[in-house]
Amino acid sequence: MIRVIDLDKSFNNQLVLSNISVSFEPGKTNLIIGRSGSGKTVLLKSIVGLHEIDRGEIWYDDILFNKLDFNAKKEIRKEIGMLFQGSALFDSLTVEQNVKFPLDMFTDKNEEEKTDRVNFCLKRVNIINANRLLPSELSGGMKKRVAIARAISLNPKYLFCDEPNSGLDPITAILIDELIKELTEEYTMTTIVNTHDMNSVMKIGEKIIFLSDGVKCWEGSNKEILYSDCTILNDFVFANALAKQLRSSLK
Amino acid sequence: MIKFLTQFGRYFLLLKKVFSKPEKPYVYYKQTMHELVFLGLNSVGIITVISFFMGAVITLQTAYNTENPIYPTYLIGLGCRDSILLEFSSTITALILAGKVGSNIASELGTMRVTEQIDALETMGVNSASYLILPKIIATLLFNPILTLISISVGIFGGWIAGTSAGVITSEDFVYGIQYAFIPYYVTYAIIKTLFFAFVITSISSFEGYFVEGGSLEVGQASTRAVVYSSVLILLLNVILTQLLLS
Repeated sequence: MIRVIDLDKSFNNQLVLSNISVSFEPGKTNLIIGRSGSGKTVLLKSIVGLHEIDRGEIWYDDILFNKLDFNAKKEIRKEIGMLFQGSALFDSLTVEQNVKFPLDMFTDKNEEEKTDRVNFCLKRVNIINANRLLPSELSGGMKKRVAIARAISLNPKYLFCDEPNSGLDPITAILIDELIKELTEEYTMTTIVNTHDMNSVMKIGEKIIFLSDGVKCWEGSNKEILYSDCTILNDFVFANALAKQLRSSLK
Repeated sequence: MIKFLTQFGRYFLLLKKVFSKPEKPYVYYKQTMHELVFLGLNSVGIITVISFFMGAVITLQTAYNTENPIYPTYLIGLGCRDSILLEFSSTITALILAGKVGSNIASELGTMRVTEQIDALETMGVNSASYLILPKIIATLLFNPILTLISISVGIFGGWIAGTSAGVITSEDFVYGIQYAFIPYYVTYAIIKTLFFAFVITSISSFEGYFVEGGSLEVGQASTRAVVYSSVLILLLNVILTQLLLS
């Protein structure tokens, strides 16, 4: 479980996140939603320690993560897998080398064991016969799946996904969502996904928090989101024409 | 002034991170081998071409400026040797490498920063500064002295070819000139300067690339800054090292 308590974060004296408190449960797909610029990515990067926070606490189970030094954080980070918005695959490494990278860095496995693990992870995300390709030779969806394979190669306890289906067509986006949900349940990971895609919200949002201008405005599940009284949330959820029609039919 | 001091502090904090204990020495070894080829071996071609013509021009210029019967012709060979040894092979080579290697390093790291590859390393628990920069520093410290020695040899060879082909000096005189009053310490001096320059090029360029914020435009600007700052520092260090090592 990951708990965030009273988190504040600012850049150049401008408050970007204010008084955020939330807990993310293991085995569930936890979603952070909100408009562009609402602070989703900053919150996610603050939780993984890429941003130093101004105030508050970040707990990984019973460890106060934000007070740890670099080396102690490293131990927690070995249990973290992260999927970045642009995939962030290493350009100079092949698909196989990308997925093998965490294994090379943090395990004492021999080459055969590492290759087996790489092939297992790639097969799990449905990437076949692409081991020797470079990231530049992959489609957007394939890059995301390879990045997921890299994120799960060390069997992480925590999985973070920053807009995993941005730039993907709707069908590929659904496949990525399903993959994230399956992996979360399979390995009982604590998964946190940043998104503004309402398809993802409805499909995998077991727990959702809604951010607006750096403030947590709403918390609930995908079953509750359509019936919320929160005006800002409703403006976000029912922003497109199809959703507006759905809302009028619900009423 | 405050901005300069801030940058100065960030540079040394980055170096502290770079020189911390590597996670997996074997991975760093592999990375260093890769950088030796990428930053070192791939620079042999351009250094060879430039040094050859540099040596040729120095010889011809020395010859045309010493067209006087009271000067023995072997002085042309001596002048070519000392100019190349003392200045050109270390400093000019470093300036060329600041352009080639420096911009390469800054743009590579800058692109990795803006595409979140450095964030990905940090999230995994890898010391990104050490993993990405230390092998580059080691590779250039190991290989740049070799480039300087290549430059010295090729430069003198270029001088010999140009001098004898243009008929300004005989082969015997040139060979006598390059052996005359030879001070072996000049080679040590050139190597010492090269080591300092290699460190400046790699660390300044890495610093500029590692802290890029923004997109492709900022990566280009960082690359330009890397070349300019490295070149200026090389010239400044050249004066200081010359005073320290030759006085």
